[in-house]
Amino acid sequence: MIRLQNIEKVYRTDTVETLAINGISLDIAKGEFLSIMGPSGCGKSTLLNIMGLLDEPSKGNIKIDEQDISRFSDQKLAKFRNQKLGFIFQSYHLINDLRVLDNVELPLLYRTSSAKERKVLATAALEKVGLSNRLKHFPTQLSGGQRQRVAIARAIVGNPQIILADEPTGNLDSAMGNEIMDILINLNKNEGTTIVMVTHDESMAHKTHRLVRLFDGSQVQ
Amino acid sequence: MLKNYFKIALAVLKRRKFFTFISLFGISFTLTILMVATAFMDKILSPDYPDYKRIRSLYVSTMEYKNTKEGWMNRSDVSFYFFEHYVSTLKTVQKMAISSNAKASNAYVNNKKLVIEYKYTNADYWNVLEYQFLEGKAFQQREIDNAELVAVISEETKKAYFGDRKTVIGKYISADNINYRVIGVVENVSKTLYNFSGDMYLPYTISKDYKDIDLMGGYNAILLAKSEANVPKMKKEFDQMVKKLPLPKDFDKIYCNADPFFANITRRIAGDGTSNGLTKVVSIISLFTLLFLLLPTINLVNINITRIMERSSEIGVRKAFGASSKTLVYQFIVENLVLTFLGGVIGIILSVIVIHLINGANLISNMHLSMNFTVLFYSLIACIFFGLFSGVYPAWRMSKLNVVKALKAQ
Ligand SMILES: Nc1ncnc2c1ncn2[C@@H]1O[C@H](COP(=O)(O)OP(=O)(O)OP(=O)(O)O)[C@@H](O)[C@H]1O
Ligand SMILES: [Mg+2]
Repeated sequence: MIRLQNIEKVYRTDTVETLAINGISLDIAKGEFLSIMGPSGCGKSTLLNIMGLLDEPSKGNIKIDEQDISRFSDQKLAKFRNQKLGFIFQSYHLINDLRVLDNVELPLLYRTSSAKERKVLATAALEKVGLSNRLKHFPTQLSGGQRQRVAIARAIVGNPQIILADEPTGNLDSAMGNEIMDILINLNKNEGTTIVMVTHDESMAHKTHRLVRLFDGSQVQ
Repeated sequence: MLKNYFKIALAVLKRRKFFTFISLFGISFTLTILMVATAFMDKILSPDYPDYKRIRSLYVSTMEYKNTKEGWMNRSDVSFYFFEHYVSTLKTVQKMAISSNAKASNAYVNNKKLVIEYKYTNADYWNVLEYQFLEGKAFQQREIDNAELVAVISEETKKAYFGDRKTVIGKYISADNINYRVIGVVENVSKTLYNFSGDMYLPYTISKDYKDIDLMGGYNAILLAKSEANVPKMKKEFDQMVKKLPLPKDFDKIYCNADPFFANITRRIAGDGTSNGLTKVVSIISLFTLLFLLLPTINLVNINITRIMERSSEIGVRKAFGASSKTLVYQFIVENLVLTFLGGVIGIILSVIVIHLINGANLISNMHLSMNFTVLFYSLIACIFFGLFSGVYPAWRMSKLNVVKALKAQ
């Protein structure tokens, strides 16, 4: 499903060059639930962003669903992200100006769908994460766990084949973390969604199919 | 899609009350001032009661002597003698409305002083200008020839002097201890038309200075051509006549111009005998308008940049979930258009209120401003243009933002 070949990422500022990813190759199968671990600053988020086509690698090749991404235009890339990918960010990144329901509808806005359809789909997604009673709230009126669940609803509402989650349980207590984890596991099992998750938590990582460890931009396991 | 942009725009504007308020205030305030200013200009410039024949008319109101060697000059209004003796001989002048400057006189009503501004006019004054007579009629050549003490008064004067009396024809009005017989009452004229406004109009033959043999005096006139096409001919004939005027002592040049309405005003404000000041006045007004519009636009662009920058994380999220740069630019433009359009609507409402208040307060006596719908239309177009202009640049800049950077910027 996702194929990374010799990915390198260099961050250049005026004074220093940081090699964030140093030659990583990775094959992720369809329907796989993969977790990525490693010390802070080792390049986990960078790698995930590259997989999610949010950032470009300095070197190397990415194929998603057998398609070479490198020559995609901005328009095509946007459409591709919209249809195939769903993101869950560590710090939620909900839009505070919009209500919960509108936040979840967001990915559908960039598709051809009617307002009614969008509402039905978004409500269903929120139901899946157990938040159907908070549709009219604004994100700032929710707890951290609730926000993360809204973010998950947003990631799954478009029914993407791949979900990329960057420390989805990082800001939550273990009970809430387990709940979120269960949602992801069910998604993987029932819908066959390919999931890549960055985590700091060994116990979470052990619930997934495969674990990849990074150190200083290189894969060590 | 557009409906969604609309919905998003309204939601955002509602949530960001402070920015929305500042922007709306800027737009509507600018628009209001623009509308009121143009209503005022419109009042002065477009044909208005009682002066409706402007396209066939030329206006003469200044006489200027110059001594080019010594650099002296002398400038004044025009004498009655000049109009009667020289201008009336011109073949292209079909009719001529002559009137004097306004002079003040005192009348007393119930021991209270009432200042009455009066003007002397000729008989054709009432034919060239289309005063509305509420009762009675104007004085004719016969009354003028007999130097009768008759007066045409304004509605306002009638009310102030005679009170609520129904008819005042044949009654006497006493100003500076002279009794004039009222023969007509006319509708009030806006003070912005200072050549035509007045409280009382009298036959010129009862003035003291109409016989003075001098080019300078206290009168002005409207020269009416047979048709619009004849106006240039009339101007030419007038200019040739001026060239042949006898030079007064100590001077070697005489300037006197028959100008179209607006040029006549600008010549008095910013011109002299040789230049009518039109370009000067128009450029100054344009410059001011431009500056006046430029500042809010820059301000709006600035606010927009801040407003959009603040939302970089939103942009990152939208991009991550499938918005292309183009879609984002559209979104922000729609947002801005909604904002400017709202500002425009508020501006129009404010303008109506302000104009209503100005009219009600009678700031300038008898001036009634009205909204100019052409200007309204262009102002709205301008609004939309500024909305686009002030939204496109920041939106374009932000849409180019790298997603990861945008997300981190929070
Ligand atoms: N925009 C940037 N400019 C320069 N260096 C950067 C930039 N983003 C990341 N880096 C560097 O790249 C390296 C990898 O960063 P990354 O965010 O991928 O780490 P991480 O593994 O996700 O860490 P954490 O667990 O703390 O989230 C770090 O050393 C970081 O300093
Ligand atoms: Mg990270």
